[in-house]
Amino acid sequence: MSEIGPQLLEQMYETTATIRRFEQRAIEQYRLGQIRGYLHPYLGQEGIAVGSIAAIEPDDYIVSTHRGHGHAIAKGHDPRLMMAELFGKETGYCHGRGGSMHVASRAIRNLGANGVVAGGLGIATGSALAIKQRAGSEVVVAFCSDGASANGMWHESMNLAAIWDLPVIFVLENNQYAVSTPIRDSARVEHLSTRAAGYGMPGVTVDGNDAAIVYGAMQEPLRRARAGEGPSLLECMTFRHGGHHVNDPGLYLPAEQLAHWKARDPLVLLRERLTRAGVGEAEIAAIDERVEQLLEEAVEFATASDNPSIDEFRAEIAAGELAFVS
Amino acid sequence: MARMKYRDALRAALQEEMAADERVFCVGEGIGERGGSYKVTDGLLAEFGRGRVIDTPLSEAGFVGLGVGAAIAGQRPVVEILFIDFLLQAMDQVVNQAAKYRFMSGGEGRVPLVIRTQGGAGNSLAGQHSQSLEALYYHIPGLKVVMPSTPRDAKGLLKASIRDEDPVVFIEHKLLYMTEGEVPDEPYEIPLGRAEIKRAGHDVTLVTWSHMVLKSLEAADKLAEEGIDVEVIDLRTLVPMDVPCILESVRRTGRLVVAQEAIKRGGVGSDVAAIVAEQAFDSLRAPIIRVAGMNTVIPFNLALEKSAVPQVADIITGVRAVMGGSVDDQSRTAVAAG
Repeated sequence: MSEIGPQLLEQMYETTATIRRFEQRAIEQYRLGQIRGYLHPYLGQEGIAVGSIAAIEPDDYIVSTHRGHGHAIAKGHDPRLMMAELFGKETGYCHGRGGSMHVASRAIRNLGANGVVAGGLGIATGSALAIKQRAGSEVVVAFCSDGASANGMWHESMNLAAIWDLPVIFVLENNQYAVSTPIRDSARVEHLSTRAAGYGMPGVTVDGNDAAIVYGAMQEPLRRARAGEGPSLLECMTFRHGGHHVNDPGLYLPAEQLAHWKARDPLVLLRERLTRAGVGEAEIAAIDERVEQLLEEAVEFATASDNPSIDEFRAEIAAGELAFVS
Repeated sequence: MARMKYRDALRAALQEEMAADERVFCVGEGIGERGGSYKVTDGLLAEFGRGRVIDTPLSEAGFVGLGVGAAIAGQRPVVEILFIDFLLQAMDQVVNQAAKYRFMSGGEGRVPLVIRTQGGAGNSLAGQHSQSLEALYYHIPGLKVVMPSTPRDAKGLLKASIRDEDPVVFIEHKLLYMTEGEVPDEPYEIPLGRAEIKRAGHDVTLVTWSHMVLKSLEAADKLAEEGIDVEVIDLRTLVPMDVPCILESVRRTGRLVVAQEAIKRGGVGSDVAAIVAEQAFDSLRAPIIRVAGMNTVIPFNLALEKSAVPQVADIITGVRAVMGGSVDDQSRTAVAAG
């Protein structure tokens, strides 16, 4: 594994804590009725977004999923504008047009969360092709899930990336449940990473709850992608801390399994690593306080922001391509 | 002006846009070495190489999605789908990804993607290779739908589609590839959203598109011998639709016939009829007539196939009916129109 210095470790811890508190505050605001629709918390899976995105450069792209808040925050989205989008406010990333499942930013190079499982993988292969056509050195990290691995679009995208040596790293977040269906009922292989061989690309399985392990496991796929050697599949094992979305109590998750994974909480594992690296309690508490303050600001910002104007929305429609048929 | 086949006019548009803008590339099944099933991309591989004329596996969802991603990342992909029937395999990519990305991202992203495909009956290819499915795409906010009928329009509209910032479903017709017409020598493009009056007339407005334009013009010539002066409007692009052109014509003629190859139910022709009924009802001197394909899967047998989609005689019958034709004529239209 690549060595991670204390400074990077602190950054990774702060990002993890930010995601954790973002999700907890979002759930709280959902219960208060400030957020509507679907909300898919990333709680318990933070190690994957944090470890993989810490390993790439700001110019690199990510393609996210319906469970995408963690990817977005790790890539550099402002939690205030994220929270505003979850509230459906005009100040949010999508001006209240997209919501939780559609946050994207050109500047941050997040090509977007997606409401369709596996639906965004073409965006990953296509942007990777664009990089290749422009002879760029960037890579695309395509987040996907055990659920996605059952979908044709996943297979087609893996194949296209492989045959054209596209600079994509498929980061498969195996949280072991597709909504309520356990992976053992969806796949005959023990490790989904073994499917990589069928496309002619390397595939490995690692502990996704340890951000430092994920960071290390990214190095070889990144080297391959930047060297023009093509894509890789990195399967990261993890577990949700709750149901599929905020209104799903997740009663189907076996208590013992849940307890096992909660004992290996990504935030706790990083905190232990920080302590071992000699970072003192006071410093860690200062990070926690900073995160707490940021999320308080995010909720305040979202609450104080205006809803989008219906008149402006209608004017946009009238000015757009539908004007002729209205 | 040079005489040119429809397929060659399409190739000229691709060639010119690829030469002018290195972001433009073509991707699809058998478009490189083989030059495409209808030879539209013939020769492009030799000129632009494998990096920009890309042969794909039989993986429609995969490479339509790839087109979406490349467009979002700043390229200008032209994705070829052999048959519009196969585009159904990529429906999520077209409807949920390409069409919605700009809106849902709050304007952060644009998808300058062209999906070139072809539809229609007439080659005895049976039910999965002969459909007219434009209504599916017409229905989706965020997509533009283009259906050129002549070589000149094909070239000018394809160039405009490639230069457009939003996703365009560009639907050719398999019976048009070998048709010939005049194409300007100088560079030009035809803006999306502009219909063209292909034949001026005073008595009836006949709104149509794609291959049905050719049949409609033939019908109009025959009707002229009976003293019926038909105005043929070629919509050229279904979205955006040139409603002002249709309304202006109907206000002059007082009569509307819509002719489409697709089945009548839920078709674009039904929408044209509804728009005219809503916005120009006072101008109508007769009920609107829709001439359309039958409510059937396209049959394999050539004679059956021909009977399932409107022919010149059916359009003539429809026009006569709107002009106050006999009861027999009207019942025949009803049968022909399914």
